[in-house]
Amino acid sequence: MSWTDIAALDDIPLRGARIVKTHAGCVAVFRTDENEVYAVSDTCPHKGGPLSEGIVHGKKVTCPLHNWVFSLETGEAQGADEGQIATYSVRVENGRVLMDLSQISKVAA
Amino acid sequence: MTQKLVVIGAGMASGRALEHLFEANADWDVTLFNAEPRGNYNRIMLSPVLSGEKTYQDIVTHDEAWYEANGVDCHFGTRVTEIDRAAKIVRADDGSEVTYDKLLFGTGSNPFIIPMPGHDLEGVIAYRDLEDTERMMNMPAGSKVVVIGGGLLGLEAAAGMAARGVEVTVVHIMGHLMERQLDEPAGYLLRKALMDKGITVKCKANSKEILGEDGKVRALLLDDGTELPCDLLVMAVGIRPNTKLAADCGLAVGRGIHVDDQMVTSDPDVLAVGECVEHNGAIFGLVAPLYDQAKVVAKTLMGEEAAFQPREISTKLKVTGCDLFSAGDFADGADREDIVFRDPARGVYKRLVIQDNKIIGAVMYGDTADGNWFYGMLKDGTDIAEMRETLIFGPAYQGGAASDPMAAVAALPADAEICGCNGVCKGQIVDAINAGAHDLGAIRATTKASASCGTCTGLVEQVLAVTLGDDFVMPSVPSVCGCTDLSHEDVRRLIKSQELKSQQAVWQELGWKTVNGCHVCRPAINYYLLADWPIEYQDDPQSRFVNERNHANIQKDGTYSVVPRMWGGITTPNELRAIADVADKYKVPTVKVTGGQRIDLLGVKKEDLPAVWYDLNQAGMVSGHAYSKGLRTVKTCVGKDHCRFGTQDSTGLGIKLEKLLWGSWTPHKVKLGISGCPRNCAEATCKDVGIVCVDSGYEVSVAGAAGMDVRETELLAKVATEEEAIAVTTAFIQIYRENAKYLDRGYKWVAKVGLDWVKEQVVDDLANRQALVDRFELSQTIYRKDPWADLAQPQKAERFAPVADFTMEAAE
Repeated sequence: MSWTDIAALDDIPLRGARIVKTHAGCVAVFRTDENEVYAVSDTCPHKGGPLSEGIVHGKKVTCPLHNWVFSLETGEAQGADEGQIATYSVRVENGRVLMDLSQISKVAA
Repeated sequence: MTQKLVVIGAGMASGRALEHLFEANADWDVTLFNAEPRGNYNRIMLSPVLSGEKTYQDIVTHDEAWYEANGVDCHFGTRVTEIDRAAKIVRADDGSEVTYDKLLFGTGSNPFIIPMPGHDLEGVIAYRDLEDTERMMNMPAGSKVVVIGGGLLGLEAAAGMAARGVEVTVVHIMGHLMERQLDEPAGYLLRKALMDKGITVKCKANSKEILGEDGKVRALLLDDGTELPCDLLVMAVGIRPNTKLAADCGLAVGRGIHVDDQMVTSDPDVLAVGECVEHNGAIFGLVAPLYDQAKVVAKTLMGEEAAFQPREISTKLKVTGCDLFSAGDFADGADREDIVFRDPARGVYKRLVIQDNKIIGAVMYGDTADGNWFYGMLKDGTDIAEMRETLIFGPAYQGGAASDPMAAVAALPADAEICGCNGVCKGQIVDAINAGAHDLGAIRATTKASASCGTCTGLVEQVLAVTLGDDFVMPSVPSVCGCTDLSHEDVRRLIKSQELKSQQAVWQELGWKTVNGCHVCRPAINYYLLADWPIEYQDDPQSRFVNERNHANIQKDGTYSVVPRMWGGITTPNELRAIADVADKYKVPTVKVTGGQRIDLLGVKKEDLPAVWYDLNQAGMVSGHAYSKGLRTVKTCVGKDHCRFGTQDSTGLGIKLEKLLWGSWTPHKVKLGISGCPRNCAEATCKDVGIVCVDSGYEVSVAGAAGMDVRETELLAKVATEEEAIAVTTAFIQIYRENAKYLDRGYKWVAKVGLDWVKEQVVDDLANRQALVDRFELSQTIYRKDPWADLAQPQKAERFAPVADFTMEAAE
């Protein structure tokens, strides 16, 4: 594990997301209504829609292009759609969001 | 041999420790110092004293007789000034010097006073002891008090004073009340109950300064400029362990006095208990762990083995009529599931947080009878997998079969009330059914049941189904989405009739099945709320589709298109130059002229949007709202200024209408066309509103379409003047805004309600037309603004860029 400070919690809108650019593509960092933070791939496996622009409801996000819904906890597509997005370890400490970049370096390498 | 124990502080924790010692007949000679001029009383019962439900005498724990019987040497109203640990001597401000074998700190905590300007004015108090309580009790009815802090203590203070007829305002910095104990839905219900008690509650309110007059508090100033006048200001924002004395004599102190599991401080002969201690990094403010500590400290003193272990605690608020219960952990964290029960009519909300088939958190509002049962399972870590289906209904429902709602209705007695608004019982509805009322409409007409707020519609339908059997077919109006059984029409009606003005209010009062909706209902609810309550409700960008949140149209590759507004389709060389410059500067790959007489810049990167807007703003252009469920474009022909056939100034009318209507949100997009003569070059007759100018005036027609469906508009009214054409158009758009289902284009909505009804409302009834125009104008005071100018400001523009970029770092 290598925890890297990526942002203040308040940089991420409540029920919204911001993206982090990495060697392995964009990662979307979400903040739910209850202040839980999740990091998943920003790219919808269907047609590549930017998930960070989706509507966040409960612990799920809806892709803005064609309404695929993904669990932010497991990365699994919900309902009739089949697909999976990568999830990354992220945690909040003293109002800062920390992400485990070692997972991404592995992907990139 | 008798040993000497000196106790500093006669509070609830040290008091309980002494009780344990005396009950065990431990051989101690006790000296007790207390800075307050009295002995131990039940501090957590100060709230009932404040509200008048109890007196001080009722809450005294240890009276003089108790201290005397146990041989305690009491020094009340006396402050300990110095501790000499080497010589084991305590000195106090009454001149006394007492030696000890063991010393026990029970110094408690101090209320935290925010050091904002004016905090030292006369009339600014905390809520901690009997003196504070008496100060509040002495406020005459009709006087004004502001309480800063919407936590447990602040709310009890507020409710206690409100019960005495004082005008109380609670100012809370967080988004909902008691955020440490409650989730947002429960916080909402609590706020509502407090407001029903006449208490004004302001959340998300930042206190800036306390204003005074002649050294006495006069008002609280918030950072948004609001002034809240008050005769007394109570700060209830938290407590800090009182560690000064301990620190002065060199004990290890962090946030509190450091103790180990035996409650011993860094000095083996000095112990500490209660709110003044810090144990494994935690400090304590609720009574249950303090009593646990008291037990441990007593055993340690008696030489017995004991270890303090923090445990899950539960909270109840002591405000009459506000039943709430909270225990454990109900926020944050992955792998958790919720079981939620909502009964808006009774104001009941229950939520259990489950992890690995165990309850880890519980929040209840309105009906807390089962709180202790859930709390017991939470503490014991009971596996709930077997009873999961009926768990939320409490212990009475365990072991039975899952309930059938129909059976429940069938079992109701004839005098059970179904419709609370109109006081209609089941028996009356059954009688009406037997007399021939066989559908919901007929029941409403004959009994009035479900004719007011409509919350009981489902129940009435179940009574119909139970009574008529197979003869009754449940109507199947499609619901908004899986989050609710209500239709769009029901939700709109209920938002108006129940005056629901926030998303939380909708989720709660209408019994939503999800925590905060989904991508289908959230944009609809957000629209309904802002359309019906433009002043009260604040638009929520996070409930909007990406285009309306980013004020540009997302394209399939994730770039955006940008369309600046050109009023009535008129532009200037300067505007065209600015558009060309933007296209060059930001390397816009495609520039296209749209069907609505605008210029579209396609392929703009998200992070460039604020800069593109800024540049367009500098040239005087604003958002063209080509992305919104709102007013899009007003397309015009050149009219009589240039055209030899033109009958009126169609371009001028188009510009006037666009300047009036722009920025408004509507159920679906709204496009206008204004043609200067019946040749109709602006294609007005396939628009949502089309105006065709003729010699004698203006033909305003509505409900056209040229998309998946192609429809010609139908004539709404023929009017003589431009003013009337504008008023009829505005009133039509407003009545569409107020009544249509989200995502129904104008033509679909008009087909549902009928053009005749629309004519009655906006053409025939002049007073109603004016009222609609007035309501539209009120809404436009909020929404007739350029979102681009707002979002191009540096602090907001930041949000369009990645929050971090690790691609620039050297690869390993």
